[in-house]
Amino acid sequence: MTLATDTTSYGWQVEDLDTDEMILNMGPQHPATHGVLRLELRTDGEVVRGVRPHIGYLHRCFEKHCENVDYAGVIPYTDRMDYVAAMGNSLGYALAVEKLMGIEVSPYLQVVRVIIAELQRIASHCVAVGTYGMDLGAFTPFLHLLRDREKVLDLFEWTCGARLLYNYNWIGGVSHDLPEGFARATRDLLREFDAVTFPELMNLLIGNKIFVKRTAEVGVCSPETAISYDLTGPNIRGSGVPRDIRKDQPYCGYEKYDFAICLGQGQFGPLGSCFDRNLVRALEMAESSKILHQALDALSKMERTPVHEKVPKRAKPPKGEVYFRTEAPRGQLGYYVVSDGATFNPYRVKVKSPCFTAMSVFHVLAKGMMIADIIALIGSLDIVLGEIDR
Amino acid sequence: MAPITGIIQNKFPDAVVFTTVDQVVNWARKSSMWPMTFGLACCAIEMMAAGGTRYDWDRFGLIPRGTPRQSDLMIVAGTVTLKMATRVKRLFEQMAEPKYVISMGSCANNGGPYWKYGYHVLKGVDEVIPVDVYVPGCPPRPEALLYGIMKLQERIQEDRVLRRHPESVGSLTGATLENR
Amino acid sequence: MDAKAIHEKLAARFGEKIAGVSLEVLEPWVVVASETIAEVAAFVKADPDLRFDNLMCLSGVDYPKEKPPRMEVVYHLYSYTHLHTFVLKVHLPREDPALPTVEGTWSVANWHEREAYDMFGVVFTGHSDLRRILLPDDWEGWPLRKDWVDPEFYNGMRVKPTQQMMERALAGEAIGVGPFDFTPPNRHAGE
Repeated sequence: MTLATDTTSYGWQVEDLDTDEMILNMGPQHPATHGVLRLELRTDGEVVRGVRPHIGYLHRCFEKHCENVDYAGVIPYTDRMDYVAAMGNSLGYALAVEKLMGIEVSPYLQVVRVIIAELQRIASHCVAVGTYGMDLGAFTPFLHLLRDREKVLDLFEWTCGARLLYNYNWIGGVSHDLPEGFARATRDLLREFDAVTFPELMNLLIGNKIFVKRTAEVGVCSPETAISYDLTGPNIRGSGVPRDIRKDQPYCGYEKYDFAICLGQGQFGPLGSCFDRNLVRALEMAESSKILHQALDALSKMERTPVHEKVPKRAKPPKGEVYFRTEAPRGQLGYYVVSDGATFNPYRVKVKSPCFTAMSVFHVLAKGMMIADIIALIGSLDIVLGEIDR
Repeated sequence: MAPITGIIQNKFPDAVVFTTVDQVVNWARKSSMWPMTFGLACCAIEMMAAGGTRYDWDRFGLIPRGTPRQSDLMIVAGTVTLKMATRVKRLFEQMAEPKYVISMGSCANNGGPYWKYGYHVLKGVDEVIPVDVYVPGCPPRPEALLYGIMKLQERIQEDRVLRRHPESVGSLTGATLENR
Repeated sequence: MDAKAIHEKLAARFGEKIAGVSLEVLEPWVVVASETIAEVAAFVKADPDLRFDNLMCLSGVDYPKEKPPRMEVVYHLYSYTHLHTFVLKVHLPREDPALPTVEGTWSVANWHEREAYDMFGVVFTGHSDLRRILLPDDWEGWPLRKDWVDPEFYNGMRVKPTQQMMERALAGEAIGVGPFDFTPPNRHAGE
């Protein structure tokens, strides 16, 4: 068992290259790589013959920290993995530990969690689609979507005090109850979203001829490849596979809401292209808005329960293990929590992050495309390096 | 901001002409600091929000440039890992003088929440590059980052470009007879 | 299919290679002998009743205090056609853990196994490209093992926090939480 420190075993050497090929490094610092990702491109002029992604530039030892802090102390660290959609991460972990401990939260708290999760989905997709447009050169939709994302972050700040990393979903409850007037403010936001933001997004970016031409035939992923490489979320729904954990294994009361699964349709090119994945993200924002309307209606009919009522003083789950998946905005986020029943710290927490598996398919999809299409492909997989590297 | 030895830099005494030229040069430098977008982690999202429409940093003259060779400010936003630290150093060396560094967020200041068990986390970016302004927070609000930029602008305004730096009293921290 | 039926099917096909089973837990699992994991993987993917075509997660877990001390590799499987889940486990010795790769069955295992190698030192024989994925290539040691000790330095950079960092961080806990005095020092007081 030797450590692979000798690069002659895997690195491309000059003898491996054809006469015209060169190795181009898209280094960890790059305006379009959505974080610290290094891509080693083997190009024949402008056409890419092979890609080696190198990750690990943001490896922050999340799993080691989990073993050394107690169950509630893990939650701030989970926020920092997928930092664009932090509410979803802590929700997945809290639900996993609640399943391990056998805690059932009240229906009111379930509705609160759904509202927060769907608002976070809208905010996360705003960043995803906005930065994707910016990668392709469309700077204006980025500014518009970030402006609208600020309104969602205002709601979060009103609720729990933080804009980006909230420590909100606790084991057995949430940290702060929704304030008075939250429902009205959210309805105002949704009214504006449905009337202005979403049509603007569809007209300015998704229906834009340049956007379509740049993305509709690029990065086509067949359903078999997607399943084998474990693409999840909008990535696999863009390839036409109608799987959504909110429908298949519902959690937090999602079975009570009526919403559709958005699928890519391949109307401008082959099914499973970058365009389809982005179209799924944009349509999912509208579906989230639909769920939010229903959740707010349900909220108005319920009476509040105290949010800290079932939060354990110091969580100590019984010996066992659980694997819990939730539908994060980027895909299926899975937490494998192992408890030894004896200490207050988890024994092992393994996170299956959707972006990690999305990155693993990159070298397959990237063969034969041009360097500019590589940029289009990275953005369409919607990767966040904090989640890949943990 | 070490004294740079150029043909006319740091040579002249404090006279009216040189002080005024210094003021003009410093005003030009502070009003058009072009940052290199070096967003590593969560603080990068707040940096993007600081560049967005609500907390616009363009009104301070900051236009983000992708390459270190054309930028004068490096905002290290996010956790610097050991694997990334060599690249941070290389990027800092690729920037042309005068260059400034803002360490944004607690991870870049001193390792942040990962200081205790992070075996792969560099405990503060000032282990590899010199930092001018530290902005605390996890993540700092965009207004905090703008405040850090304003503080850096104040420091730049007091800088000596043409005028000689006062004599050092020989201490390691660079205390001088004037600004001790 | 429920977990009992899946276990019976596996036991019928592989006999005593299925070394252990636990069905009354939240995630029912079977333990597979380490050298047959590749065949079991191919079987569970190809069999029309099981059709586990998706590997959700591959994790390594280190159990040094169990008797005997072991390292586990846990496979969480899902089927897109039948929508059922299952868990396979492999028990390995802690010194020189090695088992065949399942990369041929589920392509995503390529990266998951690289990560298990990187963090635990588990060698997957037959893997096309087994090298470190998250840590630098010249890193020494397997960090997520329970007997991991932070080194002092890595390439000249300090890894373990110094005593001064420790004191400063813990002093923050002694100061506690608010109310803090935010009045800034008056720089112009003497004028």
